[in-house]
Amino acid sequence: MKNTTDHKASIFGFWLYLMSDCLLFASLFATFAVLRGNTFGGPNAEELLNVPFVLAETLVLLTSSFTAGVALIAAQLNKRAWVFGALAATFILGATFLGLELHEFAGLIAAGDGPGRSAFLSAFFALVGTHGLHVAAGLLWMLILSAQMLSRPDFEAAPGNVRTKLLALGLFWHFLDVVWIGIFSLVYLLGATL
Amino acid sequence: MFGTLTLSAFAQGPIVLGAQLFIVLGGLCIAGLVTYLGRWRWLWDEWLTSLDAKKIGVMYMIVGVVMFVRGGIDALMMRLQQALSVGASQGYLTPEHFQQVFTGHGTIMIFFVAMPVVFGLLNLVVPPQIGARDLAFPFLNALSFWLFAGGAALVMLSLVVGQFATTGWLAYPPLSELQYSPGVGVDYWMWALQISGAGSLIAGINFVTTILTKRAPGMTLMRMPIFVWTALGSMLLVIFAFPVLTATLAMLGLDRYLGFHFFTTGGGGNMMMYVNLIWTWGHPEVYILALPFFGVFSEVVPVFSQKRLFGYTSMVVATMTIVFFSFVVWLHHFFTMGAGADVNAFFGIMTMVIAIPTGVKIFNWLFTMFRGRIIFALPMLWFLGFVALFTLGGIAGVLMAIPPADFELHNSLFLVAHFHTMIVSGVLFGLFAAISYWFPKVFGFKLEERWGVRAFWLWVVGFILAFGPLYLLGFLGATRRLDHYPAGLGWQPLFIIAGVGAVLIALGVGCQGAQIVASIRRRVQLRDATGDPWGGRTLEWALPSPLPEHTFGHIPQVESRDAWWAMKKEGHAPGVLGVPGTDRIIRVPANTPLPLYMAGALFLACFALVWHIWWLWPLSLSGFLGCIIARSFAHETERPVTL
Repeated sequence: MKNTTDHKASIFGFWLYLMSDCLLFASLFATFAVLRGNTFGGPNAEELLNVPFVLAETLVLLTSSFTAGVALIAAQLNKRAWVFGALAATFILGATFLGLELHEFAGLIAAGDGPGRSAFLSAFFALVGTHGLHVAAGLLWMLILSAQMLSRPDFEAAPGNVRTKLLALGLFWHFLDVVWIGIFSLVYLLGATL
Repeated sequence: MFGTLTLSAFAQGPIVLGAQLFIVLGGLCIAGLVTYLGRWRWLWDEWLTSLDAKKIGVMYMIVGVVMFVRGGIDALMMRLQQALSVGASQGYLTPEHFQQVFTGHGTIMIFFVAMPVVFGLLNLVVPPQIGARDLAFPFLNALSFWLFAGGAALVMLSLVVGQFATTGWLAYPPLSELQYSPGVGVDYWMWALQISGAGSLIAGINFVTTILTKRAPGMTLMRMPIFVWTALGSMLLVIFAFPVLTATLAMLGLDRYLGFHFFTTGGGGNMMMYVNLIWTWGHPEVYILALPFFGVFSEVVPVFSQKRLFGYTSMVVATMTIVFFSFVVWLHHFFTMGAGADVNAFFGIMTMVIAIPTGVKIFNWLFTMFRGRIIFALPMLWFLGFVALFTLGGIAGVLMAIPPADFELHNSLFLVAHFHTMIVSGVLFGLFAAISYWFPKVFGFKLEERWGVRAFWLWVVGFILAFGPLYLLGFLGATRRLDHYPAGLGWQPLFIIAGVGAVLIALGVGCQGAQIVASIRRRVQLRDATGDPWGGRTLEWALPSPLPEHTFGHIPQVESRDAWWAMKKEGHAPGVLGVPGTDRIIRVPANTPLPLYMAGALFLACFALVWHIWWLWPLSLSGFLGCIIARSFAHETERPVTL
């Protein structure tokens, strides 16, 4: 039923989706850049953001990109156990990243520095939170894809084309990494020094 | 249980009551008719659950036409109010109601008329023109349609339950913020745009993938019909522009629902950020709508001039230049913001520059006609109406591209007249040309001419009467969205002429209705037996009319531009591509109701958010996610068709 052309079109379409998502993030980045100084008498980035903590978060996410790459290579080599192992590692690292981010958010909100405090914090929560939502969606996707692979003894029998889906998931995950590098640089590194 | 929704949401006074009854009774009448004819099963199997681009295209068109009638009634209401409400008379609409009417008119005409007819047309024409049986992602195509329909339903629902926005069609903050618009109107507007916008983005990705990966062998990029090029340009713009709209509306939503401070007057918000972002989407949107119809004219003019298109390459370059430049002119929508002389000068010059590729196109069409044997059939008439009005409207646009002139004309009726000239002649006349041109390909019989010619003249004369006075009124200082003015200004006669023009246009629409009815009655005489009624040049005319379920019996090898014209030269008979090749079994996408369910779930979620029904939206959102997961587990998504 599925052939190589389908695979090509699906991956091409997925790249287009990623490009459109780039634009979504670009809008949020631009808004953050404009509103960064609008603290409305509240705390600014330097006072609020804990760079070493976020560096740890960043390292967790970067490592998960590596394990996602391992899953892709394993799928090409037809090593099912490795695919599941690498996906599980990616999931755990991704969930850890998300947990750390929620911890950061909870701390800010508890201290009265939630998104309603100032335009700067609105832009901060929207940008970082949108990335977090994407990570959460990626985690859900990993669970569903694993269920699909488990439901059949080999890749070829699974619903749809698992290799295509796995490649798309990999692209998505690396894309989130790239966006996070942007967030880490613009929001955290620049914010803490400027 | 029902959040902020109470019975008072239904009580809106006599005029709205009429509209409410009209919508409810109209819906009941249609349901009753389908039941009476026993056609529910047919409707479900053949249309509502179909993933076939040919059917989805027709459904887009039908919903677009219904919404066009709604938006047109809004326009007539505004014309009547402005003709009456002078001096001591306050007209028949309250200011609040008048604001809903102009907001509804703008929102509906752009998002729920112009957008669906673009997508409908692309669905009907792009696959057969590039030699493809369907789009790259048929399931997503149906989802796009149903998301759009969900958004349209939400706008219509706002008329029955509660109010629509009173903010104008782009809902500038701080007016659209909770502080100044505490009602449900802005929420209806925002969520309707969010779900239909998501559908548009998915459709954009779908069409670009289709055009770039599913062309027939031998159809290189520079052999594509110009319509496909303009479709590609338009859909690239969708991919790059619509995420900005999504993000902007989401930020407005966060302000309204969760107390964020993006665009508020307090908390350090910056409302000009919204205006910049929304026009970063909004200006490309103009070209998203216009480009495909430039493509329509590029198909129509050569066929009815019986000549090859003049300047194919320059047409391609002009299209792609417009795609690029449409992203660097957005600030001309608000020169008066106070960005400073340098910034305004840059955007003013860019705005003038973008007129150049558009001018190239107009000259290409005119040179195509030059020394051609012109057939004045309906599509050609609409082209001639377009080229006259569009050029005038374009010149008015270049005038306003000069920032000092814009300071005088900003937000005046001159501007309203300008963009209506562009959109009515560019999009609507283009659409009418496209409908009369491709109608036989879709339905198997031609539209009859007489009612069409009547409609054409009523539209052109009505348009000049309706919008000519607005140019003058703009110069006299009349602002847009005006619900009352003093008698001493002497504007009333001009507003009355404009109202007469609007009535003529309404009569033109009536003639178009009569044209459809007359054509259906005479469908046997008007039957298109060959599949090539106009002497067409592109691949769709090498297929039988109406298109068979699998579209192509066999996929051709394309050797040149105007592929069907070249095949005719080699002696191929009409309908040749409908003949089966070696494949006797072709797989087409199987029907599924999931796109309908998914859009229904999102529709409910949005309704719940509008009325703060906090238990309903997580529930419907889970239903939506459940549908996605269910689809990802589907094994068999196609069914065979035996030729």
